[in-house]
Amino acid sequence: MHRTGELYGQFRTLEQQKDSANLGMWIFLVTEVMFFGGIMLVYTLNRHVYFPAFAMGSNTLSLKLGGINTLVLLASSFTMAMAVWSAQVGKKQLISMFLVLTVLLGFVFFGIKYVEYAQKFHHHLVPGRSFDIFYCSNHPAKCSDISAEEMEVERDLLKKTLALDPDLNAHAQLYYSAYFGMTGLHALHMIIGAGLLFWLLKNSLMGIYTPQWNTPVDTVGLYWHFVDIVWIYLFPLLYLIDRHK
Amino acid sequence: MSENNGSHHIVSPATYLIIILTLMALTGITVWAAFIDLQQFNIVVALAIATGKATLVVLFFMHAKYSPRRTQLVIIAGIFWLAILLFMTMSDYISRVDYRGLRSPLTQVSTRKTHQLS
Repeated sequence: MHRTGELYGQFRTLEQQKDSANLGMWIFLVTEVMFFGGIMLVYTLNRHVYFPAFAMGSNTLSLKLGGINTLVLLASSFTMAMAVWSAQVGKKQLISMFLVLTVLLGFVFFGIKYVEYAQKFHHHLVPGRSFDIFYCSNHPAKCSDISAEEMEVERDLLKKTLALDPDLNAHAQLYYSAYFGMTGLHALHMIIGAGLLFWLLKNSLMGIYTPQWNTPVDTVGLYWHFVDIVWIYLFPLLYLIDRHK
Repeated sequence: MSENNGSHHIVSPATYLIIILTLMALTGITVWAAFIDLQQFNIVVALAIATGKATLVVLFFMHAKYSPRRTQLVIIAGIFWLAILLFMTMSDYISRVDYRGLRSPLTQVSTRKTHQLS
């Protein structure tokens, strides 16, 4: 069936049809809430028991990159909302323009995330055999991107944390497992979202979205905003555990 | 959340602009608040701000404020279900001796000591 917004037999009005599609997306998003909720619960329980190690791990993340990424993702939610508005008022060129902006901001997010992940690989902070929270402190020459000043602060923090948790390396690894697990799953959702945005863009360039029928723009928008909400929680949970020391 | 007929409500770009600026300001505030020592309340403040931001996104970007009651009910049911998951699991954990730190897992040092501060 070619889906361009004709009324299906099971619905009385087009509006009822659209509300049903939106409801379906919301029910899917509720299952996603439970999915991410369960993961955040596991994180919370571990964070409570191994707080010193989690705080240490959090302080090795780049607040600047994480903060910029938060703003980038919020901006992409705004452009997505504007794409939905453009569809509702029938400005066909604007739909495509805002969809392109949303995809671009999504890719800026991926780019910054890539820089962050690459740093963690260089610093031996990826869970596995070579995980070593002390790597940069013990081999400062190998971590040239960390200034001497920051290195001193980190070394000091490591000493204090070791006094609280003698098995810091193992427990910091738990933090980094949570970090890669949660940000990785979030990124996977964004990759799916970017795919959906390309599909919307293809259709919007053909001009099929009208004020009468723009359900796909609306429902993909809901999904994209949900992914934004997940990051709204991940940012303080992962980057801001114990910054005031 | 008022009674309305859903899909036909169009949120204006001005509203979206106010929301996005508020969200960005709240991001700044949450970073600022993280640098103040509030003891165990740092996480409370961080999560309160995050929940405020999420609420703005749900109500305005996701149009929940203008959605039919039925959709609003699904959203609230979802949040309620999440609350059950969190509340039930947490109440189990805080009633366990190991978890409350009376016999802290931190004292169990693993046998692998390959990585230490030199």
